[in-house]
Amino acid sequence: MLIGIPREIAAGEHRVAAAPENVAKFIKLGFEVAVEADAGQAAKFSNALYEEVGATVFSAADVWAKADIILKIRPPQDNEVELAREGATLISLIQPAQNGDLLERLAKRRVNAIAMDAVPRISRAQSMDALSSMANIAGYRAMVEAAGEFGRFFTGQITAAGRVPPARVLVIGAGVAGLSAIGTAVKLGAIVRAFDTRPAVKDEVMSMGAEFLELEFEEDGTGEGGYAKVMSKEFIEAEMKLFAEQAAEVDIIVTTAMIPGKKSPILITQEMVRSMKDGSVIVDLAAEGGGNCELTRPNEKVVEHGVTILGYTDLPSRLPTQSSTLYGNNLVKLLGLFGGGDEFKFDFEDEVVRGATVVRDGEITWPPPQTANPSPPPKPKPAAVQPQEAEEAKGGSSLSGILLSLACLALLALGWKSSSQFLDQLTVFTLSCFVGYMVVWNVTPALHTPLMSVTNAISGIIVIGGMLFISSGDQAVTILSGVAVLIATINVAGGFLVTQRMLKMFRK
Amino acid sequence: MAYLVAGVLFVLSLSGLSRQETAKRGNIFGIIGMTIAIAATLLSGITNFVWLIPLMVVGAFIGMVLAKRVEMTSMPQLVAMLHSFVGLAAVLVGLASYLKQDYGADDKMVHEIEILLGVFIGGVTFTGSIIAFGKLRGSIGSKPLLLPGRHLANAVMVVACIWPLSVQFIGAEGTGGLTALIIVTVISFVLGVHLIMAIGGADMPVVVSMLNSYSGWAAAASGFMLDNDLLIITGALVGSSGAILSYIMCRAMNRSLANVIFGGFGTSAGATPAGGEEQGTVTETTAEEVADMMNDAGSVVFVPGYGMAVAQAQHVIHEISETLRGKGVEVRFAIHPVAGRLPGHMNVLLAEARVPYDIVFEMDEVNEDLPETDLVVVVGANDIVNPSALEDTNSPIAGMPVIEAWNARTVVALKRSMAAGYSGVENPLYFRENTRMLFGDAKETLTAVSENLG
Repeated sequence: MLIGIPREIAAGEHRVAAAPENVAKFIKLGFEVAVEADAGQAAKFSNALYEEVGATVFSAADVWAKADIILKIRPPQDNEVELAREGATLISLIQPAQNGDLLERLAKRRVNAIAMDAVPRISRAQSMDALSSMANIAGYRAMVEAAGEFGRFFTGQITAAGRVPPARVLVIGAGVAGLSAIGTAVKLGAIVRAFDTRPAVKDEVMSMGAEFLELEFEEDGTGEGGYAKVMSKEFIEAEMKLFAEQAAEVDIIVTTAMIPGKKSPILITQEMVRSMKDGSVIVDLAAEGGGNCELTRPNEKVVEHGVTILGYTDLPSRLPTQSSTLYGNNLVKLLGLFGGGDEFKFDFEDEVVRGATVVRDGEITWPPPQTANPSPPPKPKPAAVQPQEAEEAKGGSSLSGILLSLACLALLALGWKSSSQFLDQLTVFTLSCFVGYMVVWNVTPALHTPLMSVTNAISGIIVIGGMLFISSGDQAVTILSGVAVLIATINVAGGFLVTQRMLKMFRK
Repeated sequence: MAYLVAGVLFVLSLSGLSRQETAKRGNIFGIIGMTIAIAATLLSGITNFVWLIPLMVVGAFIGMVLAKRVEMTSMPQLVAMLHSFVGLAAVLVGLASYLKQDYGADDKMVHEIEILLGVFIGGVTFTGSIIAFGKLRGSIGSKPLLLPGRHLANAVMVVACIWPLSVQFIGAEGTGGLTALIIVTVISFVLGVHLIMAIGGADMPVVVSMLNSYSGWAAAASGFMLDNDLLIITGALVGSSGAILSYIMCRAMNRSLANVIFGGFGTSAGATPAGGEEQGTVTETTAEEVADMMNDAGSVVFVPGYGMAVAQAQHVIHEISETLRGKGVEVRFAIHPVAGRLPGHMNVLLAEARVPYDIVFEMDEVNEDLPETDLVVVVGANDIVNPSALEDTNSPIAGMPVIEAWNARTVVALKRSMAAGYSGVENPLYFRENTRMLFGDAKETLTAVSENLG
């Protein structure tokens, strides 16, 4: 089977559907590959590089006319559909939800279509998920663009010429693009905060080295397919308040809140932009759907109220070599799933094949029949781990608890029987030392001062000694023991009270 | 029987203190135990209520006033003073017991040995605690007083108590050994003074916990002499508790107990403080800059020391930490076991300032995280953050576990001046590239920082 890779004709598109290294893998899968002349030029792949790995260089007309499988990135436009030969298969981003008429034209022309953006977002298909690969690149590039517009260092430094504060970055939406932007900003040395409506991503955000902003509001925004769902009105109000606070503080905002096939929600109002410091930068990754910022103009850089707002929608294309290679990797995995060059077929039993195929044999097969596809929240995992740990801890303390209670029992038994015999007293004494030893080792160092004052109070028990003698007839004895009683009582009362006072202060 | 219940309650009381959540309950157990014990004693054939009741009421009143009035920063003084009371009481009870001769002739010798021991330990505890109190309060200089031949003097005093004094005392008929007993008492007083005078201010955590232990042993000795199991149990509990605390403190300074007690720090080493050539330039900073650094940091660790207690800076530190936490900065406190003048002293001060105890950590819990920490603020601590303890084998404090503040990205050290710490060792931390010094009274400088945090 012949794979054809035409040049992307969309204006400003620098990517190509596959890099030479991907082409080598196609050939290994049993395909032949034809590349349109200069298709990879903008992505810095020369014709020679493709030929080196075994591809043939064709003219545009030949690629479209002869290929069994056409690999593209952008949805076909203009007359591209008509160029493809009947029975061929087109693989590209298609946006089937928005491009209904495109699907019809493909069906009419009996061109099969596989939409890279309709690959189900399940773990097995992650290696084919072109949206994730592109989002990753977009997030990185967004931060690099921001750094390009921003007039200061990202990292804080203490230099001979003075102290440089680090840049503060807010990333809204911690999906693939958001996390990538966070990672990039952290690596550049900025202080990064992130917000997302899905609490489950908190750990991921923190693991990237950013702070996760939370609303004091209970609502889980986890929707289907890994996207966030639309939130309640109250939630959105709380969220907007948070953004307004943050806007005044941060230097750079990256927004990534895109709802597939819908208009992007406005998260950054004109008011918030005005509150930002001069020289701040907003990168709006949702510009394609109109933008998360009120002032975003898609595909443009605007400066409003001293804030640079970037609405570029072609961020992956601005990193063409990287994005072409990653997209090509996704294609390699996808074509492998479809059976490779020798056994290429549409196996609709396979959830991924079924989901990605949008036109087959002149029929529109989109949307695929609903299959339950819950995105498992990561919560059960820690919950399952915790009880085990708790049990272990309990086991440890119960052992020493048993020892302790045994010692206490022995102490009681001995004390019960003891006469005035010195030996018995010595045993009581030794056992008490042992009990004291066991007990005190368990005391947390934070409580050592209260421990001392309590032991102080209870060593005031010596008051009993004084009390026993005070009734003696001898005056000297009475005076001596009287003084002893007085000071020992000071000890008892003072010790316990001061302990109580201290312990009251400890709070969580 | 009541005594046994009381004894068990005391054990429960101590075990309650093992965690903050159960600590208050533990204290209440202690109070109940004490009430039972005293009530039982009152009912056991005491006739002289005319004297007893007013004395106890007055004593309880004084105790309450003391407990209410005391500043948390002067907690060490209070504890030392209370120790001295126990010691004195033990001495008095011993004397009374001897005067009363309330024991039969058959076990006379055992009893008299017990009296002697009780009085001796009580005497050392009494005067030792008074000296410790004075040193903690600052009315006696905290520099160790090192008399020539002091070890010999100590030895002579102890030996004299054993022979000829104890032989004379035990051999005497009736109360004829009283003179010898009084001489022993006086010697024990002198010994207590002399022992504690030789110990310097920063070793006070060990001294105080050691005296705590002594007061316990004194009570136990009185218990033997009175045939009172409760006193024995309680004394033993307190004694071992104090001993463990002393051990923990010593381990935290990497020194043996003997070294602390007979020490006189840094004198035996004889070496001049090492690290002289390491001296470099000190980078000073301002309160505004520190505030900025705190604002920019993702995580801040405070390391409080005795200086914080002296300056009473715990409240303003709490304010700063709350402001920072409000901004999402991770704030923690790292407590070295011997920070301050009393075991757990820093924890109490922070608790007083209402710092939640779950952000207060021990040295070992924090050390491994320090390389990822943006900012460490050292407040009036010196030796416990001294890198030469780990890096310079010739240093007098070599091997002492310390809080490795220098591993953090930036360190701010608050200090009154460049004077060396208690151990007399130069602290290379202050000359490190990532260290900034903020000179002045900790409370004033931190207040300025707090204002600049905005």
